[in-house]
Amino acid sequence: MSADTKSILIKPIFSNNPIGLQILGVCSALAVTTSLKVALVMCVALTVVTAFSNFFISCVRNYMPNSIRIIVQMTIIASLVIAVDLILQAFAYAISKQLSVFVGLIITNCIVMGRAEAFAMKNPPVVSFLDGIGNGLGYSVVLIIVGTVRELFGSGSLLGIQILPLISNGGWYQPNGLMLLAPSAFFIIGFLIWALRSVRTEQVEKDEFRIAAHTVAEASH
Amino acid sequence: MSSKDSVGGTLKVALLLCVVCSIFISSAAVILRPLQEANKLLDRNKNILAAAGMYDPAVTPEEEVVELFAQFTPRIVDLDAGEFLTETKLSSLGIDPTTYDQRSVQTEPEFSDALSGDEDIAGLKRRVRYATVYIVRDDSDAILDIVLPISGYGLWGTMYGYLALEGDGNTVKGIGYYDQKETPGLGGEVTNPRWKALWPGKEVYDESGDVALSVVKGGGQGIHQVDGLSGASLTSRGVDNMIEFWMGPMGFGPFLKNLTNN
Repeated sequence: MSADTKSILIKPIFSNNPIGLQILGVCSALAVTTSLKVALVMCVALTVVTAFSNFFISCVRNYMPNSIRIIVQMTIIASLVIAVDLILQAFAYAISKQLSVFVGLIITNCIVMGRAEAFAMKNPPVVSFLDGIGNGLGYSVVLIIVGTVRELFGSGSLLGIQILPLISNGGWYQPNGLMLLAPSAFFIIGFLIWALRSVRTEQVEKDEFRIAAHTVAEASH
Repeated sequence: MSSKDSVGGTLKVALLLCVVCSIFISSAAVILRPLQEANKLLDRNKNILAAAGMYDPAVTPEEEVVELFAQFTPRIVDLDAGEFLTETKLSSLGIDPTTYDQRSVQTEPEFSDALSGDEDIAGLKRRVRYATVYIVRDDSDAILDIVLPISGYGLWGTMYGYLALEGDGNTVKGIGYYDQKETPGLGGEVTNPRWKALWPGKEVYDESGDVALSVVKGGGQGIHQVDGLSGASLTSRGVDNMIEFWMGPMGFGPFLKNLTNN
């Protein structure tokens, strides 16, 4: 594996994370992270869709009329998402019931569309495929962290296995109900981005404006 | 300007893309359909078994579900008449008891009736005319279990579940919800095994034959009372209302009376 393909795979995980740096795809990161198992399936689904949509879009990029570029991309992405949804319903019914509409909503996930438009339209198929995997992994890292925190503190379990015995079942842990609701994912993602930018200071955005110094005389009235 | 950006080229690409994508999706749908149907059926059967206390996802292996469920006979009940539909009636209505899905026909005028405001205590808007019940009989043909589908509005949406009764059509054997959108940790506790364990042994009807089973705040010591969920008054009320509706004269009341009198 050349250094170039390696960086395409690894870079989106920390240094150019789609959720952490680009703040894309946050909606599904809130919705499917109440339990780790569901989050993992969503990660696989999104990675597969991003990789293959990048691949196919890159394959046809030279034949794509510019005027219907976006709609062609959407059609390819939508077909893949429907296929993933059908496969989940056939082979992982219980999880597909929990994911419900969120598999379908991968179509509108900005990461998929963003990579198609930004990368696959300008690069050959195999590299685009790897870029899709890389970005899928970047999304997965965040989802797994958020899913772990939420399931552990919200239900006291991980992957459905009880880790902290609950008071309602005779243990000592009082589950934090907030963790099961969407706002907690905002907090956790916020803290993650804070941590990431404290370590990698180059990700900190420059201030868009500065408050000007006070120049008017104090006692002018 | 290359030809791909001309009007003809654009149309050609659009058409080709649509054909390729639709063939891809339709073949995937057709190939996977049997598996999906089987999953759906297995899932429903598990829920019925779970309500009757015969299935625990943590203990029972998947393979046993088919065997366990074979004891149940699905029958279609005419709710107004309170009797099983006869074979001739079933075929004239085009209903197959093993596949009839009352949830999908709830909005169809030929299979359901609108409910008026004061009839509609469970917030269903429409009531199906025919409902599927699942019955287990022993070797001497005596009824052991009756599993009845129940549904009603909770706090955030309609809750769907099954109520299992013993052969007397009065004693509760178990309850289970398989589709609900209640708040996790509060109303969502309707699926908690500890709360569900409060139900078995309770009785639905009092001596005069009225629905007496209710979900109450605090206590729930009597034979007709179940303790409500703490922090979930509206969900508890939803459960209470749906028991009153489905066990009453609009629901399975007439059917259960006929069944136990014979």
